[in-house]
Amino acid sequence: MRLTQGQFSYLPDLTDEDIRVQAQYAIDKGWAVSVEFTDDPHPRNTYWEMWGHPMFDNPDAAAVVYEVNECRKLHGGKYIRVIAFDASPGWESIRMSFIVNRPKTEPGFRVVRQEGEGRVVRYTIESYAVREPEGQRYA
Amino acid sequence: MNDMSESKTVTGAKRYSAGVMKYAQMGYWEPDYTPKDTDVIALFRITPQDGVDAVEAAAAVAGESSTATWTVVWTDRLTACEKYRAKAYRVDPVPNSPGEFFAYIAYDLDLFEGGSIANLTASIIGNVFGFKPLKALRLEDMRLPVAYVKTFQGPATGIVVERERLNCYGRPLLGATVKPKLGLSGRNYGRVVYEALKGGLDFTKDDENINSQPFMHWRDRFLYCMEAVNRASAATGEVKGTYLNVTAGTMEEMYARAEFAKSLGSVIIMIDLVIGYTAIQSMAKWARDNDMILHLHRAGHSTYTRQRSHGVSFRVIAKWMRLAGVDHLHAGTVVGKLEGDPATTKGYYDIFREEYNPMALENGIFFDQDWASLNKMMPVASGGIHAGQMHQLLTYLGEDVVLQFGGGTIGHPHGIAAGATANRVALEAMLYARNSGRDIWNEGEDILRDAAKTCTPLKQALDTWKNVSFDYASTDAPDFAPTPGVSM
Repeated sequence: MRLTQGQFSYLPDLTDEDIRVQAQYAIDKGWAVSVEFTDDPHPRNTYWEMWGHPMFDNPDAAAVVYEVNECRKLHGGKYIRVIAFDASPGWESIRMSFIVNRPKTEPGFRVVRQEGEGRVVRYTIESYAVREPEGQRYA
Repeated sequence: MNDMSESKTVTGAKRYSAGVMKYAQMGYWEPDYTPKDTDVIALFRITPQDGVDAVEAAAAVAGESSTATWTVVWTDRLTACEKYRAKAYRVDPVPNSPGEFFAYIAYDLDLFEGGSIANLTASIIGNVFGFKPLKALRLEDMRLPVAYVKTFQGPATGIVVERERLNCYGRPLLGATVKPKLGLSGRNYGRVVYEALKGGLDFTKDDENINSQPFMHWRDRFLYCMEAVNRASAATGEVKGTYLNVTAGTMEEMYARAEFAKSLGSVIIMIDLVIGYTAIQSMAKWARDNDMILHLHRAGHSTYTRQRSHGVSFRVIAKWMRLAGVDHLHAGTVVGKLEGDPATTKGYYDIFREEYNPMALENGIFFDQDWASLNKMMPVASGGIHAGQMHQLLTYLGEDVVLQFGGGTIGHPHGIAAGATANRVALEAMLYARNSGRDIWNEGEDILRDAAKTCTPLKQALDTWKNVSFDYASTDAPDFAPTPGVSM
């Protein structure tokens, strides 16, 4: 399966130049760009690990690409995303989010059904990867 | 025409002598009045009967929508009646529309109960719309003072928190209404939901008239839909949703259906405009209390929003719905099959999404409006749109919108999931191009064609719908063109 979270997961994987172009768009809007990674891609896993702080005062997206590649050195077998944060009044949340790195194989998720009365089913979605302890997921 | 700047108010004891008096003489026309920051202001388009003076007609609207009756009553003198009288303070001829006038009317805040659309509308669009001296009457816009805005809950979730809950940022959300809108069984209905969500949409949607009919009872639909939602979520790793329409004949039944949707883990429920303002406010409160996104389908609105001479403009309905507290509301597509002039539609979108609306006559917005930190509403663009229009949709409507391709998903020649994928690829390719600085308005077709080289479903969609457009004159364009002195 292919995890399709983020803005560009239905397009071919982004090159470093693609990442630079999109990150520069965010920077030019005044948003702070940051890099995050995880080995638990559950759709409701809100808090991926932060690769440093959001780059609040960085004017050049080349620095974002550099950090993505630094992150890849340690976490290249995991999911890495770039997000852009907008602190302006009335928003104060994320404006962009796109995946820039993914594991070689993506095992996906299983649906766990607990049958209840009146045909009601309680659903749980579980990533196959999290059956392994943290640090031992993916290759 | 009579002088439009002169007060006609009769004062002293003569004002209260028994009998009939012109509304303008009774104090409902005050050309020197400066509206207070706390006044509610309404702008009406009035078409007086032949021989009825525009100022008198405006005064009559002010009177009949506030304290007046057809004759003088001495009991006015037991009240602070000058305060409670609505005041028509300005009457302008409508450009290029002989016989029509814009009447500005100010209402003191104490005329209205806080937090009640029902009370506001009972005055503003109550008896006055049937008033005989007018041929036609249309409520064009309202200025809602901050003091009044703050008495309302506002959207239960709002655009920002909706995005946080859905884990979806920086792109329009994609949806589809399940078709055919009537007749599918629960099991078949869930199939459409599953295919569309798995293929790449974020949402599917019940149509306005899907409630609980012999071919599919509501509980059956909810159960099959949630199976589909969860399967699709697992297949993609994304949060998915389907608007479960809880519209029913009583509040008790709507609450029961909403509670069931909640118990199944749905992120969103849906209601129809026809349930009425108080029912909408009640469901908005329920949605806020239960962390539920609330989608409103504007079923019925065209009966009173579409004609320019009579009724209520949709921009006013949009303002009331932002106060009432829904999260999603249909607002037009510009390019699709339903009514929607581009400039007028921009006005609606601004009312949905901005913190502050400056006056913009070219978009039909007559007043500055401060939303006082009420959440933003997500506009929904639905009706006759397809992947080949993606550059136009993104340009006109921006990012914070739900683009709903019903026929444009389900009608795909290679199936529902292929249709969904075509829309998602078209969207992401267009967004990527826009962010890269490309001129998507002029290069849009090239961008789509390039994206289709690596996406067969998109190529099939473009081939199927390449010549489909809906190019009809709009019945509700703004009265003022952007350039002063040139009217449309």
